[in-house]
Amino acid sequence: MINQQSPFIKKAPSVTWIMMLVMLALIPGILAYVFLFGIGILLNLSIAIITALIAEYLILRIRNLPIKLFITDGSAIVAASLLAISIPSIAPWWIIVIGTLFTIIVAKHLYGGLGSNLFNPAMVGYAVLLISFPAVMTKWSLPASHLLDFNLTQQIQIFMYGTKNIIDSVSSATPLDYIKTQIFLNRPFELNFTNGMPINSYFNASIIISLSFLIGGIFMWVKKIITWHLPVTFLISLTLISSIFWLIDSTRYLSPFIHLFSGGTLLCAFFIITDPVSGPTTPKGKIFFAFGVALLVYLIRVFGGYPEGVAFAVILMNICVPLIDSLTQPKVFGHE
Amino acid sequence: MKLLDKIFKFNGGINAETQKNISTKNSIKSLPIPSEIRLPLRQHIGKMAKLKVKVGDQVLKGELIAEADGNISAAIHAPTSGIVKSIEKLLIPHPSGLPDFCVTLIPDNNDKWIKKIPIDWKKIGIEETNKLILNSGIVGLGGAAFPSHLKLGANRNNPIKTLIINAAECEPYITCDDMLMREHGKDLVEGIDLVQSLIGAEETIIGIEDNKPEAFKIISNLIEKKPNIYIKVVPTIYPSGDAKRLIFLINGIKIPKEKRSSEYGIQMFNVATIVAIFRFIQHGEPSLSRIVTITGNIKEPQNYEVLFGTPLQYLIKDAGGQKIKNNTFIMGGPMMGFKLPSIDVSVTKTMNCVISAEPEMIQAPEEALPCIRCAKCAEACPVSLQPQELFWLSKSDQFEKAQNYNLFDCIECGCCSYVCPSNIPLVQFYRYAKSEIIAQSIATEEAGIARERNDFRILRLDREKKERAERNAQRKAENTGVDKLKLIEEKRAEISAAMDRIKNDKKLNND
Repeated sequence: MINQQSPFIKKAPSVTWIMMLVMLALIPGILAYVFLFGIGILLNLSIAIITALIAEYLILRIRNLPIKLFITDGSAIVAASLLAISIPSIAPWWIIVIGTLFTIIVAKHLYGGLGSNLFNPAMVGYAVLLISFPAVMTKWSLPASHLLDFNLTQQIQIFMYGTKNIIDSVSSATPLDYIKTQIFLNRPFELNFTNGMPINSYFNASIIISLSFLIGGIFMWVKKIITWHLPVTFLISLTLISSIFWLIDSTRYLSPFIHLFSGGTLLCAFFIITDPVSGPTTPKGKIFFAFGVALLVYLIRVFGGYPEGVAFAVILMNICVPLIDSLTQPKVFGHE
Repeated sequence: MKLLDKIFKFNGGINAETQKNISTKNSIKSLPIPSEIRLPLRQHIGKMAKLKVKVGDQVLKGELIAEADGNISAAIHAPTSGIVKSIEKLLIPHPSGLPDFCVTLIPDNNDKWIKKIPIDWKKIGIEETNKLILNSGIVGLGGAAFPSHLKLGANRNNPIKTLIINAAECEPYITCDDMLMREHGKDLVEGIDLVQSLIGAEETIIGIEDNKPEAFKIISNLIEKKPNIYIKVVPTIYPSGDAKRLIFLINGIKIPKEKRSSEYGIQMFNVATIVAIFRFIQHGEPSLSRIVTITGNIKEPQNYEVLFGTPLQYLIKDAGGQKIKNNTFIMGGPMMGFKLPSIDVSVTKTMNCVISAEPEMIQAPEEALPCIRCAKCAEACPVSLQPQELFWLSKSDQFEKAQNYNLFDCIECGCCSYVCPSNIPLVQFYRYAKSEIIAQSIATEEAGIARERNDFRILRLDREKKERAERNAQRKAENTGVDKLKLIEEKRAEISAAMDRIKNDKKLNND
């Protein structure tokens, strides 16, 4: 190439630094998890990160890529962490390992590695687990009031062997799952945040965790790692769509409030759909993409077979990204 | 004078550390005449100037050394009096590092001027004035080196309404325009009056970045009583000094890549160019010198008013040499400049700044990671391109698609590279793609010519064949009326006659 290497100055955060900030932004959410569900989540996170790093190392060796350069980029750690956070804290270790291996090996590296994966790796791992082990993946421990019952030995026991030996009363379906079943059985449902029903304590916990993710998300926005387009469009769209249905029939459809603070809504808004590699790059494209995810999340949650639709919605919209990008090119200077 | 407030903002741009104050502490310095002057014959966009001197000639200061060759070219004058020592290929400050024709002059230190003839442009008219400017040697001194007479004469079809003075100087480190405004403000303002009249503009707008308060103050004071000269302070965002970006900042008009501003009634000149035009018209002095910023990793960073052809080393030495020795110098700004292949070059019309490279500017680039599609580059692109797509398409040689994504609108400002977290040298990829496309189109053109030639040859052969056939047919047609048998008999008779002759010959020989 010509002897012309300008620019000679540069000021950009490294990929590693960006990934580190994403991890930092996850901390409030993780702390809330620990506080509400016990240290199980930390065990999950550790095993996920360790598995991810080992898998990454091996694959990089096989692919003959510079190991230090790629392993320190932090992308494997972020993907593994997002997966671990999405999995119930009472899931046994092998669930995490399978999911992480799938995330790193199949969803990331078989598609070309960093920068080339078509689909959000964490969501692919999650979808595989949800399809393969639906029972484990939809059973969450009860938060807060039951925390004391879970001592460290018990946590480790669950982590090692699953919840088989633990009595059923400590685990439960998620609120979305519960309500879906109630509606399906034509039973009235009630979410009253003050009474002692397990489902309500669960929902209260869900609000706290959601708000913690919101804090992390705002942090990333302030640090300019993400733009407003994806999270804001996603949250507004989900609110609007759920409001319409709720206004039509509030006995059959949940309020937008529950949709916003249930399941992975805020995690999805700030951490999942903001994955740059598998998402759109144009501002307009981001708006279309986020709206599409919101619509699919709602449809899957309400009319689909699964209680939570984030993973499938994101994967389906990932397929549309090249089309969205090519159709939403901004006007080039002077081309208006 | 009026201060215009409304600013239109283009997409992106970057907020680099300006590093301007390191070279504005001292006033502009003039140096004694160097012992040798080397003048490249190609210091401008267009054809190389046509040589008018030969080795051994005595020349005076301001004497024509080479004249403009055609309309898109610029003249070269002797910056001081002396003797032409040689005319040969020598190194010039160009990224290629290839030598080019230069006239070497040994100054006699008398600095004796040729007779200076100021131009009474009002008397001789604009047309005649423009003809004189053709051989003034003035080119755009902002770095582009576009011959100025072309811009001054561009208003024949499109009337120019607005003259814009580019005083943005958006590249970090460079301060030659800033210093010029501070010290030669009067010449600048008089020059503006002059150029405004020459191109017939109704108004002039000076665009200046808000990081030059001293220059702003001086210029605003000078234009206070001038109703048609406005000043517009633009934010310090690189690349606000790019012509089309500055026009947008000021007027809100987005001029496409392939169009010229004159088609929109706008003409733009850099401050230094205006001063050069002023000196030529007012004092009859052709373009002989410019202000050069010597800055960066150097002991005494400052601006010099130097004669064209002055050895760069002369300036570096005067500035105290490099602080940290690495023998690497960048010509132009750090965003769009280039590494000088050699320091053994002279000051040319395009040399606005030479940065002695800071160690971090030339260290081996960090290893590039794959693009993670974070779109930081798209956020920074002042042309609203999608650099991440262009990168992908350039890298995979999908040139046609790259052109569909408006590759050729890229101004190579470097903002995308500046912000890329993956350390991808994006601009280099675009340069590569552009040069490949240009090479391909030349190849296609050549192939086209070859094909045309071949088609013509086939056509010619066909035609010749046809003509031959026609001739034959014609001859045949002429013969059809004659009795065929008679013809054959005639032939036979001829043959037998010939045979008889041979027999007779043989007989004679035997006898």
